[in-house]
Amino acid sequence: MDPIIEFKDYTFKYRAQKEPTLYDINLSIYPGEKILIVGQSGSGKSTLAHCINALNPCAWGGESTGTLRVDGDDPASLGVFGMSKKVGTVLQDTDGQFIGLTVAEDIAFALENDAVPQDEMKSKVMGTAEKVRMSDFLSSAPGELSGGQKQRVSLGGVMVDDVKVLLFDEPLANLDPSTGKRTIELIDDIMRDEDVTVVIIEHRLEDVLHRPVDRIILMEGGRIVADQKPDELLASGILPEHGIREPLYLAAMRHAGASVSADDRPSSVADMDISRHADTIREWFLHTDRVVRNKGEKKVLEVRDLCFGYDREKAILSDISFSIHEGEMVSLVGKNGAGKSTLASLICGFYKPDSGSVLLEGSDISPLSIKERGEKIGYVMQSPNQMISKPMIRDEVGLGLLVRGAPEDEINQRVEETLRICGLYPFRNWPVSALSFGQKKRVSIASILVMKPRIMILDEPTAGQDFAHYTEIMEFLKKLRDETGLTMIMITHDMHLMLEYTDHALVLSDGHLLMDDTPARVLTDDDITERAYLKRTSLYDLATSCGIEPPKDFVDRFIEHERMERSKAV
Amino acid sequence: MNSKFGIREVVAMGIGTALFVVLTNIQVPIVIVPNTALQPRMAVMAFLAAAFGPIVGGVIGLLGHALGDALFYGSVWWSWVFPEAVVGIAIGLFKNKYAVREGGFNSGKTIVLFNVTQVVANAIAWILVAPVLDILVYAEPANKVFAQGAFAFLGNIIIIGILGTLLLVGYSKIAGKSSDLSAED
Amino acid sequence: MNRLISYEKKDTFIHGLSGFSKLVFFIIWCIVSAMTFDTRVLVVMLLFGAFIYIASGTKWRQVSSIFKAVMFFMTVNLICIFFFAPYQGCEIYGTRHDLVHLFGNYSITCEQLFYELNVLIKYFTVIPAVFIFLVTTDPSELAASINGVGVPYSISYSVAIALRYIPDIQDEFRRIKNAQEARGIEMSIKAPLVERIKRIASIIFPLLFSTMERIDVVSNAMELRGFGKKKTRTWYSRKKLVAADILVIAGVIVFAFVALFITYCDGNRFYNPFI
Repeated sequence: MDPIIEFKDYTFKYRAQKEPTLYDINLSIYPGEKILIVGQSGSGKSTLAHCINALNPCAWGGESTGTLRVDGDDPASLGVFGMSKKVGTVLQDTDGQFIGLTVAEDIAFALENDAVPQDEMKSKVMGTAEKVRMSDFLSSAPGELSGGQKQRVSLGGVMVDDVKVLLFDEPLANLDPSTGKRTIELIDDIMRDEDVTVVIIEHRLEDVLHRPVDRIILMEGGRIVADQKPDELLASGILPEHGIREPLYLAAMRHAGASVSADDRPSSVADMDISRHADTIREWFLHTDRVVRNKGEKKVLEVRDLCFGYDREKAILSDISFSIHEGEMVSLVGKNGAGKSTLASLICGFYKPDSGSVLLEGSDISPLSIKERGEKIGYVMQSPNQMISKPMIRDEVGLGLLVRGAPEDEINQRVEETLRICGLYPFRNWPVSALSFGQKKRVSIASILVMKPRIMILDEPTAGQDFAHYTEIMEFLKKLRDETGLTMIMITHDMHLMLEYTDHALVLSDGHLLMDDTPARVLTDDDITERAYLKRTSLYDLATSCGIEPPKDFVDRFIEHERMERSKAV
Repeated sequence: MNSKFGIREVVAMGIGTALFVVLTNIQVPIVIVPNTALQPRMAVMAFLAAAFGPIVGGVIGLLGHALGDALFYGSVWWSWVFPEAVVGIAIGLFKNKYAVREGGFNSGKTIVLFNVTQVVANAIAWILVAPVLDILVYAEPANKVFAQGAFAFLGNIIIIGILGTLLLVGYSKIAGKSSDLSAED
Repeated sequence: MNRLISYEKKDTFIHGLSGFSKLVFFIIWCIVSAMTFDTRVLVVMLLFGAFIYIASGTKWRQVSSIFKAVMFFMTVNLICIFFFAPYQGCEIYGTRHDLVHLFGNYSITCEQLFYELNVLIKYFTVIPAVFIFLVTTDPSELAASINGVGVPYSISYSVAIALRYIPDIQDEFRRIKNAQEARGIEMSIKAPLVERIKRIASIIFPLLFSTMERIDVVSNAMELRGFGKKKTRTWYSRKKLVAADILVIAGVIVFAFVALFITYCDGNRFYNPFI
C-alpha cells in the first residue's frame, strides 16, 4: 500500500527566519492509520501539520527542500484551497473556527464557498451533522453550545468535504477532561465508520491514549526523534527528556522501581499487564512515608450561602459555602458552565450576589467596590494579552499603583520588589513584546501582586501550555506561595495541576458545590468525577490493579513524592 | 507585503465592525458642551483603517455606525453614517506608510501624517459631508447643522488624536520585534 | 450592558418573507423617506409603519424604551432647530403667520411648527423600517440578502462575521473591563480629559490586541475551508422568493414612484398648506 502522506528528506524554513524549522523529515503515514504527533512548543509539530494542509508555505511563506506528497500531490502546488478537499484541519480554537451563525451554516461553510446548490447542501449538512452527533442542534448559535459541541461542529465543517485525512491541532487544549475523553472516543468512532486517516497533534499524551493509536511520532528541535508503536515508545522512557509528560500511572510505576517493557502493554492502564510489577509497587507503597501537610490556621476567605442568578427562574449558583485558609492553593473545578467563573466574579465583586456573603479575614466585603476589593483579591485572566495594556514592563506592573495615586518613589520601590519576586528584575526596562508567553504571564501576575493582595484568583493559569511551560508557571506560583504566604484560587480543567499543585479542591456542578476536599479524594471518587465532568486519575486504576487499599493513599504518596522530586529539579 | 484584498481584510471588516458596535455605548461626556460625547469607537475605527486600509476602514465606519445605531437605538441617522465612512477611507489610504501590523507606527513622522490625515478627513466628513446631507435630507437650518458638525469634528479629532495615536503607538511597540536587549542585574 | 435589539422567531407574514425582499423594501423605504418632505406622503408612511409594527407581532414593551429615547433626542433636536433658525419654516413655505412672540427676535410661527412637525414625522418613518427589519430578519439570511442586492459577497460576508462575533467580543470586553477595574483602572472617573482617555486606552488596548489575534485565527480557519476562491458563493440559509416576496417588492417600487411623483409634481419636495 502506498502512503497517503509521505515526507522524504523534507526541510522547511520560514521566510522570516534564518534557520529551518523542520530538518530532514522522513515520515510515511498509511491510509487508515491513526498517528499521534507529540513534542513540546517549538519542536516543529505544528509546522509539520501546516505543511500537510499547505498553510505552509502558501499562507505564511517559506521554502522547502526534499519532497512531500499528500494523496499523490504536492500540497504547496495545490494550495490551501486545493488541499482543503483532501485534508480537513480541526483547529485548537473552537470559537475561531466556528464561523457560521448557526451549527448548520458552519457545517455548510465549505460547501457555500464551493458554490454547491442549496438543496444538495442541505442534505449533505444533515448527513454530516449525523456523523458528528449534532443533528439536534442544527439551528443553535455558537453561544448556546459547549466547547465540546463546538469542536464537533468544527469536525463536521471539515468532514463535509469528504476529506481523506483529518488533522487535529491540539484538540484537547480547551476542553474539560471528560469532554476531551469523549472527543477521543468520537474520533475513534469516526475512524471505524469512515475511510479516513487521522493525525493528532497534542502534547497531552495520556488523554489521547484513552483510545489506541497506531504510532507516536516524537519531535524535538525540528527533527523526528522517535517513530514507534505506543507500547515501545512508552517503555523506552525517553518522553520526559523531550519535554513530554508520561502517563501518571507510568511515572508512578517508574518511581516505584518497576522496569516497564513493551510487553507489559503500557499504553493503556486498563489493558496493561501489571502482574510482573504489582509486588514492586505494593512494596514501594508500604515503605513510603505519608506526609501530612498542615493547613494554615487562619481563615482568609469565607463564603456563606452564596446564591446568584441572572433572573429569578434560573439559579447559576445556589447555597455555596466554603472557607479557605491562609497560604492554601485551591483548585476550582467543574465542567464549562458549572458556575466557576461566576463564583470568581462574585468573590471579586464583578457581580452582586442575590443572597449570602463573602468574608475576607472575618469581615464582610460586600460594601467594597470592585476597585477596593481589587486591592485585597487579585484577579488574573487566562491570557496575559487580555491584561497587558502598557508596552513597557515597568509601566505595566506599576499601573495599578499609579492609578491609585501612590507617590512615585513608592511605586518604583514596590515595582522593583515585585519584579524581583517574579524573577523579572533583569528585564525591567524591556518592552513586553520581547518576552515569552510564560514571562508575560508572570508580568500579568506581577501587576496584581504589586498591590499586595491577600488572595489571588487565577483563571486557567496553564491552559494550552506544554509540560515545560506548565511546570515553569506552576513552580513559580508555588514558590510565590511558599515565600509570601499568598493564598491562591485556580480555576482549572487540568487534573494534573489540581492533583500536583493544589491542597484543596472545590468541585462545582450545575451551580452547586459538590465537594470540598483534597484533590486526591476528589479524583478517586467515581461518582463525583462523573457528575462534575472530571476524569478519575489513572493512579487509582493502577492502585486497584495492584490491590492497594485505599487507592487514595497511594495517590497521595506518589504525588507527594513527585512534588519533592520536582522541587529538587527546579 | 500583501497589499491585495484578501480573507484577512474580509475578517477585519467583520470583526472590526463587531468591535465598533460593542463600543457604541462607551462614551466620554465632555462637561462644557451638553449632548456631545467623545466616542472611543472612532479611535478603534481609525486604528483598524490604518492597519488594514481604506476599504476596511470605510466598511467598518459605514456598517459599524449603521449596525451600532440600529442595534442599540433601533434607528439609523443616515446623514451621519456616510461621513463616518469618509473618515475610515481617508485614514486607510496611507496604510502602507504606517505598516501598523509590522510594528512600523513608531516615528514622529507617522504620528504627524496620521494626525494630519485624520484632521483633514474629519473636517471633510463633519464640516462638509454631514451638514450637507442634513440639509439635503432633513432641510435642517444650515447654521444649526454646521454648528453640530463643528462639535462632531472637534470631538472626533480629539478622541482619534489622543486615543487613536495611543493605540497605534502602543500596538506597534508590542507587535514589533525588539533587538539588542540585554538583561540587567 | 444594554440588551441589543435582536431577531425574534415568530410566525407572521413579515417573518415569512425572504430577507432579500425585506432588504429591498428597507432600502427603498429609507430612500423615499430621505427624499420626500411631502406631509401627505410622510403621514401615509407613518401610518403604514405603525401597521407593520402590529403585523410583525411587536409588543409595545419591546419598543417603548426606543420610542422614549428617540422622542427625547427629537425634542432636543427640534428645540435646537428653533433656536438656531426660528424662521426656517417661513423660508421654506414663503409665508409668515405669527402665533406667539417669545422674546427678542424669537416668535413661534405656524410655518415653523408645521416644518418641525414634518421633521419629526420624517424621522419616525425610518424607525419602523430599521426596527422591523432587525426583529424579523434571521441574521443568517442577512449576508445572503445583501449579496443578493449586488454587494460583493466578501463584503456581505463581513456582516455575517460581525453578527457572529458581537456576542463574543461583548463578553470579552466585559471580562477585560472587570479585570482592569479590579486593578483600579476605571472608565468613569472624575479626572482631566487626557487622563481619562488614557484609562480608556488601558481597557481598550487589551481588547484591541486580542481582536487582532482573533482576526488572524478566523482568517486562517476561513482560508482552510476555501473562502474566497470562487467568483460566486451559495448561501445555506438564503430563502427562495415566493409570490408574497414578489408582491412586496413590486408594491414598494410602485409606492416609491407614486410617492415621489406626488412629492415632486408641484416642483419642490414640500407640501405647502399655507398658499
